[in-house]
Amino acid sequence: MAGFAQQVVEGMGAGAIYAGLALALVLIHRFTGIVNFAQGELAMFSTYVAWQFMDAGLPFWAALAITLTVSFTGGMLIERVVIRPVEGAPELTMVIVTVGLFIFVNAAAGWIWSFLIKDFPNPFPDGALRAGGVAVGYPTLGILAVVGLVMGLLYLLFRHTGIGLGMRAVAADPDSARLVGIRVGRTLALGWGLAATVGAVSGVLVAPLLFLEPNMMGGVLIYAFAAATLGGFDSPAGAVVGGLVVGVAETLAGAYVDVVGSDLKIGVPLVIILVVLLLRPQGLFGRATVERA
Amino acid sequence: MGASTIRRTAAVAAVLLAATACGGRGDDGGGTAASGACKGQQTTGITDKSIKLGGIYPLSGPASAYGDIPKGIKAYFDYVNAEQNGIGGRKVEFLVRDDGYQPPKAVEEARRLVEQEQVFALFQTLGTPSTAATWDYTNQRKVPQVFVATGASLWGTDTRHPWTIGWQPNYVSEARVYARYLKTDRPAAKVAVLYQNDDFGKDLLGGFKKAIAGSGVKVVAEQSYEVSDPSIDPQMRNLAGSKADVFLNVTTPKFGSQALAADARNTDWNPLHIVNNVAASRTVLQPVGFKNVQGVVSATYYKDPTDPQWNDDAEMRLYRAKMKQYAPGADPNIPYHAFGWAVASSFHKAMQAAKCPTREGLRDSVRNLNNVQVDMLLPGVTLQTGPDDGFPIESMQLMRFKGERWELFGNVIDTRKEFGPLTD
Repeated sequence: MAGFAQQVVEGMGAGAIYAGLALALVLIHRFTGIVNFAQGELAMFSTYVAWQFMDAGLPFWAALAITLTVSFTGGMLIERVVIRPVEGAPELTMVIVTVGLFIFVNAAAGWIWSFLIKDFPNPFPDGALRAGGVAVGYPTLGILAVVGLVMGLLYLLFRHTGIGLGMRAVAADPDSARLVGIRVGRTLALGWGLAATVGAVSGVLVAPLLFLEPNMMGGVLIYAFAAATLGGFDSPAGAVVGGLVVGVAETLAGAYVDVVGSDLKIGVPLVIILVVLLLRPQGLFGRATVERA
Repeated sequence: MGASTIRRTAAVAAVLLAATACGGRGDDGGGTAASGACKGQQTTGITDKSIKLGGIYPLSGPASAYGDIPKGIKAYFDYVNAEQNGIGGRKVEFLVRDDGYQPPKAVEEARRLVEQEQVFALFQTLGTPSTAATWDYTNQRKVPQVFVATGASLWGTDTRHPWTIGWQPNYVSEARVYARYLKTDRPAAKVAVLYQNDDFGKDLLGGFKKAIAGSGVKVVAEQSYEVSDPSIDPQMRNLAGSKADVFLNVTTPKFGSQALAADARNTDWNPLHIVNNVAASRTVLQPVGFKNVQGVVSATYYKDPTDPQWNDDAEMRLYRAKMKQYAPGADPNIPYHAFGWAVASSFHKAMQAAKCPTREGLRDSVRNLNNVQVDMLLPGVTLQTGPDDGFPIESMQLMRFKGERWELFGNVIDTRKEFGPLTD
C-alpha cells in the first residue's frame, strides 16, 4: 500500500510540472483564443535568462524577479512583432506561426547557450517529508504550492478584474469587443506577456529537476497539452487537476500495467487527449462554446 | 514496324550507353591503378602527392558538442602535412561537413563528398543513425567508410558492408568490461539497469546480460526511457524499489545527469553506480555537482588530457604543442580533441600499412591491423582486426570519479581474450 501511495505521490510530482506549463497554455488561450505551441520553448528561453543572471552573480530571487519582467516584456514584444501581422488569420496560420516560433526559439537558445546541459539551483531545500512510509520531496511540495498559487491568481484575474472581463470579450469576439471600446491589441499583448511570465515560472520550477538545455520543455509540452485538454482549455483549475491526473495516470500505468511499462508510458497522455476529445471536447472543467447559427 | 523500329531502338540504346559510360567516367574521376599487383583498383581521390578525405559531423544542433572531434583530426593532419610531409609523401586534405545529427542530411553530404568532391574515403561519420543511413550508399559505391564514430556493434558483426568499419570499443565490449568487473569484484551483485529504449541501449544491455550469463551476477530490475520523456524520475523510483546493489546507467548525456542526480537525492538507496562511457564526460557530471558523483565507475580507452598522470607523456606533450600551433582557438583539455587526434593517428598507421594506395588497399588494411599501437590510446589498448574480427578496439580500462576528475584503476581489460570474439 505504501508502495502504491508512493507511486501516486511521484505521479503528482510529475503532474505539478505539467500543470505549471498547462496554466500558461490556458492563460494564452483565454486571452487570445489560440493554442501556443511555442509556450514551452518560451519558458525554456526565460529559464536561460534566469540562469544567465545567476551566472553573472545575482542571487536566485533577484534573478527570478528580473526574469519575470524580461519574460513579460518579451512576450508582449513577440505578440507585437510576430503575431500582430497575422492577427485574425485562420487558426491554421496561427498554428504554423507558433510552430515556427517553437523551432526558432529552440535553435536560438542552442546557438546562444549551446546544447550542453546546465545545472540550475533549486530554490527549495533538499530532503523529503516522511509520513506513513511515503516520502514527499520538498521540491515537489514547493512546485505544488507555487502552481496552486499561480492558479489562484489566475482565477482572481479571470473572475474578479476588469482585465479578465475584457479579455474574455476579446477572445469571444474581437470585433464586438473593439466596438464597445476595449483595446483589443493591448489585451492580446497583455495575454502574451502574462503567459510568458507564467511559463517562466514553470521553467524555473522544473529546471532544477530536468536540467537546463534547449530541449528541456519539449517533452513537458506534450503532457501539458494533455493536461489542458483534459481539464479544459479555458479553466486554470482544470489545467492543474488535468496535470495531476495525467501525471498520476502515467506513473501508475508505467508501474502497474505490464503491457504499458516504461516503453509505452509516453502513449498515456495521447490516449487521454483522444478520449477527452471524443467524449467531452470542452474538457472536464471547460465550458462548451455555443455557436449561433 | 519491324526493321526500322529495331534500328531506331538500337540507336537510342547506343546513345544511352555512351551517355552512361561518359557519366560513369565523370563520376569516378580518378579511375583505376594502371600496373602491378594493384592493377584495376580504384584510385579516386588519391595521387602520389595527395589524399582527400571527407568527414561528416554534427557541427550544429543538439549533438554539436561532438563537433570538436574534427578539430583534433585537422590539427593532427596539419601537423603531419607540415612536419612529416604527409602520410608517405601524400598531403592529407580533410573536408568536414555538417549533418546536424540528421540522417537524411548525412546521406546528402556523403553523396556530395563522394560524387562532387571525389574523396578517397569517408573518414568518420558520427552517430549510429547517420552511419546506418549512409553505409548502403558507400558500400554500393565501394568507397571506404573507415573508423566511424559510433559504438554500435553492427559495424563489426555485419558481413554485407565490407567497406564500413568502426573504431572505438563497441557497446557490447563496454558491457563486457562492466560484467567482468562485477564478476570479479562483486560476484553476487544484483544489478538494476536504466537504459535508453533504442539500438544503443539495447545493444549495451543485451551485451551485458550475455556477459553475465551463468555467473552469480543477476539483473534484478530494468527500466527503459524514451528520448522524448521529460524526466526519468519515475523509472529511478521503480529501480530503487528493487534494492539492487549495483546501478548500471545506460543513458545519453541529459538523462545521464538526471539519473546521477536522482541517485544522489535518494539517500535510502546507495548502489554502486556504473555510468556508460557515452554519459561519462565531465560536462555530464558537472551539472550534478562533483560532490554527488564521487565513486561513480565508468570505462575508457584513450588518454584524458586533464589527467595529470599524462603530464609527462610524450604523445600528450606532442598533442598539446601541436594543438596550440595548428588549432590555436581550441582548448586541448576537451577530450573530444584528443579523441580526434587518436583516431587520426590510427588512420595514419592504417594508411601507411596499406599494400596498395587504393580504396581496396585501405579497405583491406583496416581489416588487417595487427596489434597496432596508437600512442593517444591507453597503454595496453591496441588496434586489432582480422578477417573475422571487425572491431579495431575491444579493450578498456575502468575508472572511478574522485575529487574533480576520473582516476583509472585496475588493468586494461581485453574483452576479446576474456569473452572470445564478438560475432552476433
